[in-house]
Amino acid sequence: MNRFALPLALFALLVVVLAIGIRHSPEKGIIVSPLVGRAAPGFALPSLTDAHQRVSSQELKGRWYLLNVWGTWCVECRAEHSMLMQVGHAGVIPLIGLDWKDEDDHALEWLAQLGNPYQAIGVDHDGRTAIDWGVYGAPETFLVNTQGVVVYKLVGPLTRESWTREILPRLPRPASAGF
Amino acid sequence: MLPELGHFALILALLLALVQAFFGIAGAHLRRDRWLAAVGPAVAGQFVMVATAIGCLVTAFVSHDFSVRYVAENSNSALPLFYRVTALWGAHEGSLLLWIFLLACWTLAVAVGAARLPPRFAARVLGVLGVVSCGFLLFTLATSNPFLRLIPAAPDGRDLNPILQDPALAIHPPILYTGYVGFAVAFAFACAAMLEGRLDQAWARWTRPWTTSAWAFLTVGIALGSWWAYYELGWGGFWFWDPVENASFMPWLVGTALVHSLAVTDKRGLFKSWTLLLAILAFSLSLLGTFLVRSGVLVSVHSFAADPTRGIFILVFLVLMIGGSLALYAWRAPLLRSAAGFELGARESFLLFNNILLVIAAAIVFGGTMAPLIADALGLPTLSVGTPYFNPTFLMPVLPLLALLPVGLHANWKKGRLRQKQRQILTALAAALVLSLAVSLGVFAQAKILTLVGLTLGPWIILSSLLDPLDRWRRQLSLSRSVLGMTTAHVGVGLFVIALTVVQSFTQEHDVALARGEKASVGGYEFRFEGVRGLEGANYEGVRGSVVVTRGTVPLGTLYPEKRRYFVQGTVTTEAAIQMTRGTNLLIALGDDLGAGRWSVRLQVRPLVSLVWLAALLMAIGGAVAGRDRRYRLARSPAEAAPAAAGAKQAAG
Repeated sequence: MNRFALPLALFALLVVVLAIGIRHSPEKGIIVSPLVGRAAPGFALPSLTDAHQRVSSQELKGRWYLLNVWGTWCVECRAEHSMLMQVGHAGVIPLIGLDWKDEDDHALEWLAQLGNPYQAIGVDHDGRTAIDWGVYGAPETFLVNTQGVVVYKLVGPLTRESWTREILPRLPRPASAGF
Repeated sequence: MLPELGHFALILALLLALVQAFFGIAGAHLRRDRWLAAVGPAVAGQFVMVATAIGCLVTAFVSHDFSVRYVAENSNSALPLFYRVTALWGAHEGSLLLWIFLLACWTLAVAVGAARLPPRFAARVLGVLGVVSCGFLLFTLATSNPFLRLIPAAPDGRDLNPILQDPALAIHPPILYTGYVGFAVAFAFACAAMLEGRLDQAWARWTRPWTTSAWAFLTVGIALGSWWAYYELGWGGFWFWDPVENASFMPWLVGTALVHSLAVTDKRGLFKSWTLLLAILAFSLSLLGTFLVRSGVLVSVHSFAADPTRGIFILVFLVLMIGGSLALYAWRAPLLRSAAGFELGARESFLLFNNILLVIAAAIVFGGTMAPLIADALGLPTLSVGTPYFNPTFLMPVLPLLALLPVGLHANWKKGRLRQKQRQILTALAAALVLSLAVSLGVFAQAKILTLVGLTLGPWIILSSLLDPLDRWRRQLSLSRSVLGMTTAHVGVGLFVIALTVVQSFTQEHDVALARGEKASVGGYEFRFEGVRGLEGANYEGVRGSVVVTRGTVPLGTLYPEKRRYFVQGTVTTEAAIQMTRGTNLLIALGDDLGAGRWSVRLQVRPLVSLVWLAALLMAIGGAVAGRDRRYRLARSPAEAAPAAAGAKQAAG
């Protein structure tokens, strides 16, 4: 082998390392929320569907719930919606919506069109609640337990895979909610 | 319609890039000179198409077309016009488009300048650039199309990443990319020379201005990024050895070696295979830099657009480009050995040391950057490599490099004897040493070895760089732009060393407890604490202290360090107050409430910090000046220029 081939050999070695690195990288890309394992931030928001009601963390105390951050302007939320509908129908866990930086008219039209999977929807016009929850971008979904502690945070759309692999196993009883 | 037009223009650009690559390389190889005529028009056409595409995307951003997914994800109706334009490169897809556009610009410039090159060689250069362009266009169209529609359209966009809503960071990517892409030209020249199997001094003369210009852009790009990190992150540092910073620093180090090695190839016809290897390496590291940041292979605080799914495509592309060129190198470089020799102590030997040391420095940075990845690949525990590794190891090659500079500058080509300059160099060294001692002991009253070394090296480099130009000036001889540029860049290096040494050695930091009206003085500055006041923000509350700063009797203003507590998580953050005064940087951070109106306060005085970036800018200016030397424009003898120019004009369209 001539010495001029040495750089090529070294590069081949690097490629092997990079290839292994790429295979490992998906797990590293996850944004872990500092909220996980800590008390969920409190909120009390006007309800989207009922002008006289408020959606608050106080009411949800002592219950497991999923808080789903969405908005009609959000692209992935539309993709996620059919999965949310299934979760809503399954009734394993209440689904609470956080309509983030949105217009009420748009949101109501969206629900009329695509269906409403939520038990209640809080309206976060100025985005303060989302800041409290450390939301990076919609959609995001938080799993909160009976003590009001955030157990898990999902960044990006809820999929069947994340539902069965991440959320169901964290619920107290081995749920029979495979659909 | 416009986004579809942009998409279509990109596809046409890809086809034209294929034409450019095929007819350029195959035409030159098969000696079908008529094929070469297609290359120039293909370059021009590709430029027009890419410019159209980028224009379409800018229009979509400016006109708030949220039916384009990329726009919806990176802009917002409330975003000011300036950031709507710069949002173009706010994420992966647009950054790639910017890359392609800059490559099209450089290629067009090469095609226009190709009139001075032999037609077949010019065709090969443009052909190789076409191959690079093909790769990027294919990657963009296949995995990262910025023109994808969003149906139904979003009513409003998700907004540009807030980190990028900053003037310095908004213009940082295009400048950095111009540098990265510029090394593609050096790379293309290297590949063309290997394909042709011929590399002479004229080749080096053609390659030099392109390389030097690219290097200057890269220098400015890196300096801008560092400046942003300093004032925005407020951690009181300007270089963190972060993977993203390293990714831009490695091509710079190798590019610096290339600039010097090209000088030897130009003047003496030596270092041929070495120059080729450096040209390949500089561009390979640029590619790696572009992709490491974007692919999520290396996760760092900067990587705002990590997407591992594109990793495989990137890897294949890297293998084809870098692996292909290195294979070409292994095959053809042995043919290009240089015959002449030189003595130890000749200028060639100094430049050889320069090259070796710079490559070692790049290897050290590379090792530190890749180590976590390698550890991961081998299943070792997660490894974090930071300043404790980089700072000492990086100094090992760099200190001798700097020490050789003032001597090597005055060495003769070929002969190992210094000119009559020996005494002047030593005088400069003595002067620098005296200055260093005077500054360390006289002004700052402390002296560590490294401080003395740095403060001696810096002025010595400056004095020694100025010897020749001053001599010529005294004898009323003219200075070529090459020499002027080189001198400017080397003075920049000297100033940089001084600034770095002063900042690292003489930063003074004191933690003091102050009550309202009490004073503390640090480094000649007097800080008077004026107490704190309550503060209420949108999602936090806190206190804001006021500190009046004076130097002697001159008031320098009031600084307001803050301490914030965010409601929800109870997180407490410290917002330091920073002020620049005549290059010295004052930083005040509020500590704890000690009761009875007393607060602990951290006072920091960092002298000469602005000089760090000014010195980098000076290096870049030096590069820009040197790259415009007249000699490069007269690279061919008039006799052979006439027929060749006609042929090349045909080739360039």
